[in-house]
Amino acid sequence: MADRAALLLAARGLTRTYPGVRALDGVDLTLRTGEIHALLGENGAGKSTLINLLTGAQPMEAGSIQLDGRDVRPRSPADATASGIVAVYQEITLLPNLSVAENIYLGREPTRFGLVDRARMRRDGATLLSRFGLSIDPAQPLSAFSTAVQQLIAIARAVDMSARVLILDEPTASLDSAEVAVLFRVMRELAGSGMAVLFVTHFLDQVYAVTDRITVLRGGKLVGERRTADLPRLDLVAMMLGKLPSGDGHLQRHAAREPGAPFINVKGLGKRHLVAPFSAEIRQGDVLGVAGLLGSGRTETALLLFGAERADSGQIVVDGEPVTLKGPRDAIRLGFGFCPEDRKLDGIVPDLSIRENIVLALQARQGWMKRLPLARQRELADTFIKLLNIRTPDAEKPIQLLSGGNQQKALLARWLATNPRLLILDEPTRGIDVGAHAEIILLLEKLRDEGMALYVISSEVEEVAAYADRVMVMRERRQAGMLTGGDVTPAAIIDAIVTPVEMPPSGRAA
Amino acid sequence: MMRINARTLPLLATLGVFILLYALCAIQYPAMLSSRVIGNLLTDNAFLGVLAVGMTFVILSGGIDLSVGAVMGFTTIALAVMIEGAGLHPLTSFTIVLVGGALFGCGIGAAIHWLKAPPFIVTLTAMFLARGAALLLSTDSIPVRHEFYQTLSGLSLSLPGGGRLGLIALLMLLAFVAGGVLLHFTRAGLKVYALGGNARFAGLMGIDTARTTILVYGVSSTMAALAGIIFSLYTRSGYALTGVGVELDAIAAVVIGGTLLSGGVGGMAGSLIGVLIQGLILTWITFDGSLSSWWTKIAIGMLLFIFIGLQRLILQFSAPTGRTG
Repeated sequence: MADRAALLLAARGLTRTYPGVRALDGVDLTLRTGEIHALLGENGAGKSTLINLLTGAQPMEAGSIQLDGRDVRPRSPADATASGIVAVYQEITLLPNLSVAENIYLGREPTRFGLVDRARMRRDGATLLSRFGLSIDPAQPLSAFSTAVQQLIAIARAVDMSARVLILDEPTASLDSAEVAVLFRVMRELAGSGMAVLFVTHFLDQVYAVTDRITVLRGGKLVGERRTADLPRLDLVAMMLGKLPSGDGHLQRHAAREPGAPFINVKGLGKRHLVAPFSAEIRQGDVLGVAGLLGSGRTETALLLFGAERADSGQIVVDGEPVTLKGPRDAIRLGFGFCPEDRKLDGIVPDLSIRENIVLALQARQGWMKRLPLARQRELADTFIKLLNIRTPDAEKPIQLLSGGNQQKALLARWLATNPRLLILDEPTRGIDVGAHAEIILLLEKLRDEGMALYVISSEVEEVAAYADRVMVMRERRQAGMLTGGDVTPAAIIDAIVTPVEMPPSGRAA
Repeated sequence: MMRINARTLPLLATLGVFILLYALCAIQYPAMLSSRVIGNLLTDNAFLGVLAVGMTFVILSGGIDLSVGAVMGFTTIALAVMIEGAGLHPLTSFTIVLVGGALFGCGIGAAIHWLKAPPFIVTLTAMFLARGAALLLSTDSIPVRHEFYQTLSGLSLSLPGGGRLGLIALLMLLAFVAGGVLLHFTRAGLKVYALGGNARFAGLMGIDTARTTILVYGVSSTMAALAGIIFSLYTRSGYALTGVGVELDAIAAVVIGGTLLSGGVGGMAGSLIGVLIQGLILTWITFDGSLSSWWTKIAIGMLLFIFIGLQRLILQFSAPTGRTG
């Protein structure tokens, strides 16, 4: 239906580079009047960067944006709003201490004799909100309402500022299915009134429920644009996760190796509302890959295994002894290490030097009273800088000055310094350039050959298929399969990700 | 239209405490009901009230201003030097210190915004600067004998019952009315609340956070200069060490008045009551005669503690629980 609709927004060749990473590389995006358009991709695919360029939150290096046939070049979110492009994020960026009406009209309040006309704000606000199916008193403080209502209020504010293009970034992530249904109705109405809605989500069911077209990004590049109706789910996931181009040399699957000595046995480990019980065996010198889409529960399995979340069912057996993890300290004592996914948030301490970042975990395990001698710290840092080929003039530079790939290697060094028996890695190759990518994979293979057990969460299926001995597939916060031996192929992994689990459907998806 | 919620409850609690305190005082000393006492309460605390007006803006915006006591002290000595030393007319001198105060505050706001420095540090620096500059002008207490001062102190509004509302009390009430209108009924005031709610979100919603920050500290320092003028009229002298620590009394008044120290929630009316509660305790101690006036500090400390605890409770219970669908 949206096929013959008029072109509304045409972005061509959008490009943006961060130090060490090309976050967006010549990406095109086309939105037509009256369509709901899904923007899909894994973490680090470039979705956020694309949105930032469209809304002027970041400047573009190359490319052009045409809206209604006219060139626009938004320099700030306010600028983009004025030309008709507006975004509403998962994180509700309204002010909980103000009233609903004040939030809707902040910065453009109606005035009378120079004073804010509260009565009119309240009246107009009520009228506006009723169009979104909300009959609430706009004089109430925003904090009195649920996330879902606040989300709709944010959309109402955005649309009221005369938007032609509405970008919804993960708006459904914290909504239940009834609330999602309301949001979808609003999205359809807005599209029906001649706007275009760009819908970013990682719930594939929602993509098929509401969108007309799909644009897929991967690694900062455009994979393709398809009509939703013409794109089977399997093909969509393949587009998102990527297929191994045949004949790619450095990702050769290793021959089956002798299984190592028994080490860890996870039996039905789970936590309500986090992830359903899962089981896995990890042997010494074994790589267990964990595959799944964003939000599938893959990171949560690692949090349970590392004690960062306390399991309420199942148990972990290490060297034949059942253990209870009260927190990460227990896990560290058992010789576990954990490189989290979001380096900036959970991993590096940006203002500390590379040396200090590297010795952090070892120092923590020793206890803070027994300070590692500076000479020993220097020696450790230099060893790992050399071993992992971290590109830096010296170990005393603040770690934030390194590129993403080198930060990742320093984080790895932090855990390697503790000489762990099990290393948990969450997306170790995300957001880093191709060269560093290959280096990290080689390093993982080396560690494995030395007998370290690895638990690697990744959305790069071809990589996982290349180095993992076994792959646990997660879907909708459940274990959806365990592939071993010859079954570990990209196609089999994607297949397991897409195939519904034979269990009652989870309540999250609409 | 007035709803009892997380926003109005602290104000009502403050009002309740004030009425209760006043009733207790009046039972013990019926003379405290006289308009003379009320007039004096307002006059004696006029400078504190004016400081609290500025401080209300600052705290609502999510900041703090430690410099106001020093700016007030600087103003009193600067006025004395200008009027007695340089022979300037008081009105000219008033204008100079008000404009100077405004510029000083704008500088503070600009530094906070563009240097991304914590308000605590920037205003602490400003406090040292202002106090140091004041002592540089003179370390002595300089009396101001200009006849215009006599005229101004003579101006007052008679209250029924023999009390008098002096010029400085009127100035304070005027400052509260003007500050209240600016804060509650203009776009600029809403921006202060927005900034205090979440500065980043306010910026995303199109609020000019730089201008708002500068406005807030500009208002605060201007009010500090006005407090200096009031104190100069009140004591008819200037002294560099005037107002040491009063910034903390002002902060206490604002917090007792129901404004959250974390910003974004509160209002102007509460701050006036906060000032009056402090004044009332001091008056009661004066009536009693046997207690040291330092008991005021202990009472204020206890009140603050109770109010901060109360605010935390209110915040906890007013958080949205569950979904409304």
